[in-house]
Amino acid sequence: MTSEAVNTAAGGSTATGTGTDTIVDAGTRGVGADVGRPDGVPKVQGRFAFSSDLWADDFLWGHTLRSPHASALIRGIDIGPAVAMAGVYAVLLADDVPGCLTYGLEHGDQPALADGQVRYVGEPVALVAADHPDIARRAAEAIVVDYEVSEPVTDAEAAPTAAPIHPDGNVFREIAIRHGDLDVAGEVVVEGVYEVGMQDQAFMGPESGMALPDEDGSVELFVSTQWLHVDREQIAACLGIDEEKVRLTLAGVGGAFGAREDLSLQVHLCLLALHTGKPVKMVYSRDESFLGHVHRHPAKMWYRHHADRNGHLVKVEARIVLDGGAYASTSSAVIANASCFAAGPYKVPAAHITGLAARTNNPPCGAMRGFGAVQTCFGHESQMDKLAAALNMDPVELRLLNAIGPGDRLVTGQLITGTFPTAEVIRQCAYAPEPEIPLSDDRRDLPGGSGRTTDAADTVRGTGFAVGFKNLMFSEGYDDYSSAACRVSDGVATITCACAEVGQGFVTLAQQIARTELGVDEVILAPAQTATIGSAGSSSASRQTWMSGGAVQAACREVRAQILADVAAEWGVSPDGLVLRDGLVVSLDGQQEALLAQVTAGTGYEADVEYHHAPTEALDENGQGNAHVSFACAAHRATVDVDPDLGLVRVRDITTAQDVGRILNPTQAVGQIEGGIAQGLGLALMEEIVLDDGIVRNASFTDYVIPTTLDMPDVTIAAFVEEPEPGAPYGAKGIGEPPTISSSAAIAAAVRAATGQALPRIPIRPADIALG
Amino acid sequence: MPDPYSLRVNGVDCEVADSDIAESLLFVLRERLGLTGTKNACTEGECSSCAVLIDGVLTCSCLVLSATAAGQDITTVEGLGDGRDGLSVVQEAFVDEGAVQCGFCTPGLIVAVHDLLEANADPSDGDVREALSGNLCRCTGYGRILAAVNTAAEAKRSQP
Repeated sequence: MTSEAVNTAAGGSTATGTGTDTIVDAGTRGVGADVGRPDGVPKVQGRFAFSSDLWADDFLWGHTLRSPHASALIRGIDIGPAVAMAGVYAVLLADDVPGCLTYGLEHGDQPALADGQVRYVGEPVALVAADHPDIARRAAEAIVVDYEVSEPVTDAEAAPTAAPIHPDGNVFREIAIRHGDLDVAGEVVVEGVYEVGMQDQAFMGPESGMALPDEDGSVELFVSTQWLHVDREQIAACLGIDEEKVRLTLAGVGGAFGAREDLSLQVHLCLLALHTGKPVKMVYSRDESFLGHVHRHPAKMWYRHHADRNGHLVKVEARIVLDGGAYASTSSAVIANASCFAAGPYKVPAAHITGLAARTNNPPCGAMRGFGAVQTCFGHESQMDKLAAALNMDPVELRLLNAIGPGDRLVTGQLITGTFPTAEVIRQCAYAPEPEIPLSDDRRDLPGGSGRTTDAADTVRGTGFAVGFKNLMFSEGYDDYSSAACRVSDGVATITCACAEVGQGFVTLAQQIARTELGVDEVILAPAQTATIGSAGSSSASRQTWMSGGAVQAACREVRAQILADVAAEWGVSPDGLVLRDGLVVSLDGQQEALLAQVTAGTGYEADVEYHHAPTEALDENGQGNAHVSFACAAHRATVDVDPDLGLVRVRDITTAQDVGRILNPTQAVGQIEGGIAQGLGLALMEEIVLDDGIVRNASFTDYVIPTTLDMPDVTIAAFVEEPEPGAPYGAKGIGEPPTISSSAAIAAAVRAATGQALPRIPIRPADIALG
Repeated sequence: MPDPYSLRVNGVDCEVADSDIAESLLFVLRERLGLTGTKNACTEGECSSCAVLIDGVLTCSCLVLSATAAGQDITTVEGLGDGRDGLSVVQEAFVDEGAVQCGFCTPGLIVAVHDLLEANADPSDGDVREALSGNLCRCTGYGRILAAVNTAAEAKRSQP
């Protein structure tokens, strides 16, 4: 058996900084150690409670009736046939929303239930609660909606000049970045137009949860989400009650990847529970899930790169149009990211970049892993390959020549003050030994797989390279702080933080951090909830290791200081001479020690902290400003086999290097990198929500295909490039998104290398190759 | 409503009452018997998160009408534990190798890997990939899962 290809931590690590001063005593289960997940055992046993596993006495099932039309007026709704069905407890419409009808993460423009008009296929129109899920579904189907269907706006480029489809207009945001001398021209100029399809997050655990009403008009909601407190804020506004009357607890989350940043069924569950006075549970089916959450924005991008004849970039011009779909979601932040990072991780003295996120009658788009940087990475990396060809230069050398780093400026004018080891990441990945992959006779290794569609003799091989980057944390002046509480009692630490564990492994890191800071082994994690702890911000933007990790670290340090101060006073020594280690308070001179369990017996010590990152600022009218906190980059090299006649591709290897700051848990880091690459592979070759006049044509795992074990190659991690980031807890950067940013572009480049075709669009479909 | 019937799950006879005839085995396991370890990622036979063994045959429980499974031996993820801390070698390997992230696909994979290693004690990389190609996972990219299968196969072979 083989599975040797992953070359991780010890072998491939590149530590070029120190930053070890912050590590107190990692021990065997602290920060940096290969510690297992605290929820690993219950998850392999099937005992871990996901949001679809909830149960309460006498609960009801909720179901949502959704619009079959992309654009229509609602002339009338007859709920009579549904109400008359035995087992139905409630049928609710927009008029039953007691508070604000609309919600939204950045702009509250999305109705909780359609009010006289529907703007996309799948928009919620009515809610049903019944005592059996099939009755709820049949009752929803029995509701008669009289629609006056109209022509949908489905072209994002045409939307700004089309008749407004929403009172807020058809433009979510336009952004312009003007940097340097825009009159300069290069000796070598290359142009391209690129497109990216609409990708779905396709998490495994469907949207689900349970709401339980209280007699005092308050409601308790157990739900899978990425950000409990921002959910609460929006739910309370729609319900028209105080936030304190809405209590959220995180239920087990079956993956997220951005799709759970917006509300889906949260308001609906609470409405049904408060209306019926009974607990209500909802679980989306898979086809409903495809309609029930936002997607990655499809993009069209026009690029013109100018360079001197030695390959130095002189100017980058780009125009980016994102289709935001029917409602705002996070479109304004996504287009900002796409625009800010449109030139790639390169030194670009002049840039003119314009971005537009438009409203259409397509499904709403918002957050997905990589958040705007994925789309433009495909654009700028395609351009860099084109430029290398025009210059007759090696594409890796061209990238190294222009690689950005500390002391350089982004096209937004922001000076890079933290770590940004682009050149090292490129070198580690591009110059890693090429894997020896013989052309296989095993049909399972061939393009098309075991369907026996290809012969080895008909395939050609290609290798491609790409590098990308994005911001960590939220940008443009937003203070996305995190909160955490630490309590040490009887020698046991308890951490409370509302950070949404979505699979990424924050629960493991929180325990590791507490062990490192407090010298304890047993760390209890209290449930993530809104009642007793402040916001942790979103589990997105590669931010929780830094932000909630930082909050947990700060809370633990405050408790440590309290303990050491008391013990120092009792011993008549300075607290500077004391440490917490192995469940003991120890004096560094070795003269005195006490059991932490004894010192913290009874009431114990506690601290509750808010952790903020360095402030950022808005972009000015030229798109200039210090808008971002920190950056991370990664590079990918893909090797593919292609059958050019059939248009089939098999990825044989992905080699990567990634800027990680510092690795806090090697196995979890590998898991993030491999998983992120799989999603990049999907976008490159197979994943796309197919739309026909706004109608989703492939809302199932039969028709929306994601990579399987037969599609994913072995991943070789050539290096974790470890340059500790100043200001980050333990120097660690978030690592979730970079693997998804440039992997798609590298695979596309490899297919181009194999076929010699231009392939300006991802996903690359068989017909694009065979008929291209 | 059909007459009450009995399902034999993990060696225990379980009475199923008040169940609609259209309910799937997945629904009855989860909602009537409280065995929520078997997962519902697609409920249309495309992802294998609901995999169980019926008379030893790996099956998507979402595609089986519950009442038709009466009289057969049903094994779910809850019935597979033994050994260290009640974990099978497969479960232990998944924990040790970091094969679990969100964990939603995990129970179906555990059942599928048990089935694979019963049939083939020393599968090649291609055998493993083919056997698990129906189990969708969105978090891991499968690398740690494949490593866990190797580890489990080795551990199983070295068992007395």
